[in-house]
Amino acid sequence: MTAAEPFATPDGPDVLRVSGLHVGTGRDTLVEDVSFSVGPGERVGLIGESGSGKSLTALAIMGLLADELHASGDVRLRGVDHELLTAGEAERSALRGDTMSMVFQEPMTALNPLMRVERQIAEVLLIHGTRRERAAAAAAARDLLAAVDLPDPERIARRYPHQLSGGQRQRVMLAIALANGPELLICDEPTTALDVTVQAQMLRLIVDGVADRDAALLFISHDLAVVATVCDRVLVMYGGRIVEAGEVRQLLTRPQHPYTQGLLAASDLEAVDALGHLPTIEGSVPPGGRFPDGCVFRNRCPRGDERCTTWPGWTGTERSGYACWYPIGSAHG
Amino acid sequence: MLIQLLTRTATLLLSLAVASILIFAFMNVLPGDPAEVALGVGATPEQVAELQARYGTDRPLATQYLDWVAGLPQGDFGTSFVTGAAIGPQIVDRFLVTLWLVGAGMVIALVIAVPLGTFAAVRHRHPDGVLLAGVSQVGIAVPNFLAGILLIGLVSVQWQLLPSGGWVPPAQDPVEFARRLILPALSLGLVEGAVLARYVRSTVLNVLREDFLRTARSKGLRPYQALVRHGLRNAAIPVVTVLGLQLAVLLVGAVVVERVFVLPGLGSLLLDGVANRDLLLVQGVVMVLVLAVLVVNYLVDVLYTVLDPRLRAVA
Ligand SMILES: Nc1ncnc2c1ncn2[C@@H]1O[C@H](COP(=O)(O)OP(=O)(O)OP(=O)(O)O)[C@@H](O)[C@H]1O
Ligand SMILES: [Mg+2]
Repeated sequence: MTAAEPFATPDGPDVLRVSGLHVGTGRDTLVEDVSFSVGPGERVGLIGESGSGKSLTALAIMGLLADELHASGDVRLRGVDHELLTAGEAERSALRGDTMSMVFQEPMTALNPLMRVERQIAEVLLIHGTRRERAAAAAAARDLLAAVDLPDPERIARRYPHQLSGGQRQRVMLAIALANGPELLICDEPTTALDVTVQAQMLRLIVDGVADRDAALLFISHDLAVVATVCDRVLVMYGGRIVEAGEVRQLLTRPQHPYTQGLLAASDLEAVDALGHLPTIEGSVPPGGRFPDGCVFRNRCPRGDERCTTWPGWTGTERSGYACWYPIGSAHG
Repeated sequence: MLIQLLTRTATLLLSLAVASILIFAFMNVLPGDPAEVALGVGATPEQVAELQARYGTDRPLATQYLDWVAGLPQGDFGTSFVTGAAIGPQIVDRFLVTLWLVGAGMVIALVIAVPLGTFAAVRHRHPDGVLLAGVSQVGIAVPNFLAGILLIGLVSVQWQLLPSGGWVPPAQDPVEFARRLILPALSLGLVEGAVLARYVRSTVLNVLREDFLRTARSKGLRPYQALVRHGLRNAAIPVVTVLGLQLAVLLVGAVVVERVFVLPGLGSLLLDGVANRDLLLVQGVVMVLVLAVLVVNYLVDVLYTVLDPRLRAVA
């Protein structure tokens, strides 16, 4: 969508509002014209195949993009006067870990291997002045460990990351992210690296964690089932663009975009074709910056034609809509 | 932790034993009896036999070896066939000089390499960072003796700021000691600093790409704070490895630098020994040099376990 339409959620001003976000290297555009917002207490999912630009979107919001990447557009947080992308490092780092925080995809490498868990949690409290003394911060760290259901927090606190399992480390990451009661929590595939039983506990901790603090959640995943259990609303991303947005139930039952339909079909384990193959989306995700012009999905789309060589634009509202010339249910194809 | 320390110590002792055998064997497979070598070509068989009997080189090699090794822990390196003087005290005196030189060189190298290498890594996309990396590349190519000669030419001859050589023990006159140590230590340390700066740069570059550094920033640390609090200690681990390995290089550099600055260190003792065909002296000096390298690498191993908890934890 080109211009962010005015809108408001029932519960007041949005916690996060992203308009026209672009991320690129000097040469390639990796995220293009992404606009969405997350209301207070709202849990919004961001889904899409690998390489569609989900992590870049999250990192751009946090201001943690790699040096070689540049972001432009307009990113605003509730209660912060200035636009984030153009703000200075001092202003941005003051928000990170305090007003907004993030849990990363890879728990095995996200923690400092040389520092005890307790200090890594205590640090985020000390940085933002939530606790002023080391001892108080350490005690609070142990409480936070208990709050993410880690058994024997006293003992875990004294450990180094390599002495913890992936699930335990991810809980530590969540404890760090929730420590200062953020307004916005971003989780980037927080359970992808975990096994299924651990996954379910982790998801519950995230949902409870944001609910307790009345925080907004931006939850990235490529697993529709996970998003369906966690989120109220979903953004579907492909080729660096948002191609569809909507309420979870509506989007899962009546997708408008062929890409969303493809994702749904691919995640439906019951559907096996005559040859015994699971359905997948035809073709593969192009490398970053190498998506077709016009509709980014057209080279893999069963419904595409000449018209799709121009970008279809956004149909509907920002909270619910799609970008497609031939949405599912229209007469075409 | 204790078990690891014990294994490492056992490994050190074993390496020392093997090294002593190799050094001894090497010196003794050289053609000619040490006594013959010491006396030179004009010696009569009687003179040789007399010297052999005096220094025990007519005994079986194994006996000679055990005799030599047994003395080492007490600092007894035997008696020179050439001068007839005890070798141990000379080595100890000279070793202290080399220790000061190499130690000061290493400190200078680190003081240069850590900030510059870190800066070059952080600024690797900017002209100043690239320039710095280029300068250190050039520094590596400079041999120690050339650095020494240039420093003497500039600082001693041109500006007449510091003496061009000689040695004053620290106990005798600390100021003069320092004045005379500066230039040789710089010749060693500047070049070594260039070598280390490259390692520091590449390890810091690797650390900058680590996920945990991004986590540190996601907590609200500024980039440089994240690097200092979380990155540098991680970068120190590979740098410490290189430091241990570079010690051998530094000792070789010291041999040359001692010559240039007329310092009475182990290097010049070694060269004197070779010139005088004093095999037992050469054998002793080489043993001490090998000992220094092995002990430092042992300390590096121990330092690892202090730096890196992952190496400590063998439950
Ligand atoms: N530093 C970079 N330089 C160039 N291209 C990059 C860079 N980082 C990411 N990309 C490219 O941008 C595209 C989107 O990457 P991103 O990490 O956002 O994907 P994602 O949707 O999070 O995928 P995944 O599910 O695998 O995490 C990819 O094609 C990736 O190769
Ligand atoms: Mg990702």
